[in-house]
Amino acid sequence: MSRGALLVLADGRFPAGGHAHSGGAEAAVRAGRVTGAASLEDFCRGRLHTTGLVSAALAAAAALGADPVELDAAADARTPSPALRTASRKLGRQLTRAARAAWPSGELDALSERFPKGAHQPVVLGVTARAAGLAPVDAAYCAVYESVSGPASATVRLLGLDPFGATGVLARLAPETDRVAEAAVRAAERAAGEGTDALPAASAPLLEISAQAHAGWDVRLFAT
Amino acid sequence: MHLDHAASHDGPAAVGADAHRPDGARRALRIGLGGPVGSGKTATVAALCRVLRDDVSLAVVTNDIYTREDAEFLLRAAVLPPERIAAVETGACPHTAIRDDISANLEAVEDLEDQVGPLDLILVESGGDNLTATFSRGLVDAQIFVIDVAGGDDIPRKGGPGVTTADLLVVNKTDLAPYVGSDLTRMAADARAQRPRLPVILQSLREEDGVGAVADWVRARLAAWTA
Repeated sequence: MSRGALLVLADGRFPAGGHAHSGGAEAAVRAGRVTGAASLEDFCRGRLHTTGLVSAALAAAAALGADPVELDAAADARTPSPALRTASRKLGRQLTRAARAAWPSGELDALSERFPKGAHQPVVLGVTARAAGLAPVDAAYCAVYESVSGPASATVRLLGLDPFGATGVLARLAPETDRVAEAAVRAAERAAGEGTDALPAASAPLLEISAQAHAGWDVRLFAT
Repeated sequence: MHLDHAASHDGPAAVGADAHRPDGARRALRIGLGGPVGSGKTATVAALCRVLRDDVSLAVVTNDIYTREDAEFLLRAAVLPPERIAAVETGACPHTAIRDDISANLEAVEDLEDQVGPLDLILVESGGDNLTATFSRGLVDAQIFVIDVAGGDDIPRKGGPGVTTADLLVVNKTDLAPYVGSDLTRMAADARAQRPRLPVILQSLREEDGVGAVADWVRARLAAWTA
């Protein structure tokens, strides 16, 4: 694997649309569930073990070479909120564009042809990792980290939260990020033999419900 | 994306700069409109649509900061049918969406061309931002920076990437100059000094054919694009 390529893909400035999303943080802030660094940490920990784990396992499975079409269906089944499904496919399409420019590959071309309006973002992330010469564990790390880094930076904008405080949250969650990424890779390896049903399906009902409500707001800073 | 086409560059180019669509047809000319909050970008877009829509097939992408207000203004004003107006959400950062990460805007312009058929022109409007907010060359072929006399007559002198590098600088709301104590002569002179080789247009949309000079500039860009 190329550690350099991993940094490029994991960079928050990678131009794949993430900046417009808060990962549910905007809805949580409005509801008063996230009010500062401590509650942001709780919120992010919840995401790590639910959407973070699921996304990371899908990404690792795609990086292992599992069929993207099957993985995409598995992602659909694990995303009850239509608003989040739409957002995930949109982000997948944006990532496909950036990835094809960064690491041209036949597999990315085929994925783009099969899903012209976008496959689910974690699936694209895994295929991108393959194209970049990265390992499944790298794909898992990118997905897990994204699941918390997006809300953390969004909260800085939403609450005027001290950016050092937000970064401290991410640093304190790093050991847990490691464990979730490792668990995701183990699940992806199991899925290689047993099929996509072996992938985790940990869900966070409140994230799904509040995403649906958030999509109907007239005034909001973030797309999700 | 056309890797064969891009191969003539140093590497695989961003697809946005590619002048052709996947079917080989030439894509629409894309013109960006940026500038500070309240300078009259949306009003200029609306006026351009009214003047151009009868002989140019066009569409608009808006990049609002936290609402769909600009898109909805254009819809209410009925300057174009709804299917020709798309709104991009920017996560509170229009300058990111028009410059640093243009992926959502590229999808919006491509979807418009897919959905409403061949287009000659797409106007990409940025949400109001600061004097450094310029468009990526991967997203637009030319950009208009709109400032207004009420925002302070020292803006041209202060410069910044929008004022100095945009392909066209528009100084809007000239009708307000006497009321806000802005010196139009000085604004025009400062603007020319900042951009000696690039055009400046002073306009008031309250006048008959107020957007005429800007529309002529757009028509000239279109003629060059299709030539």
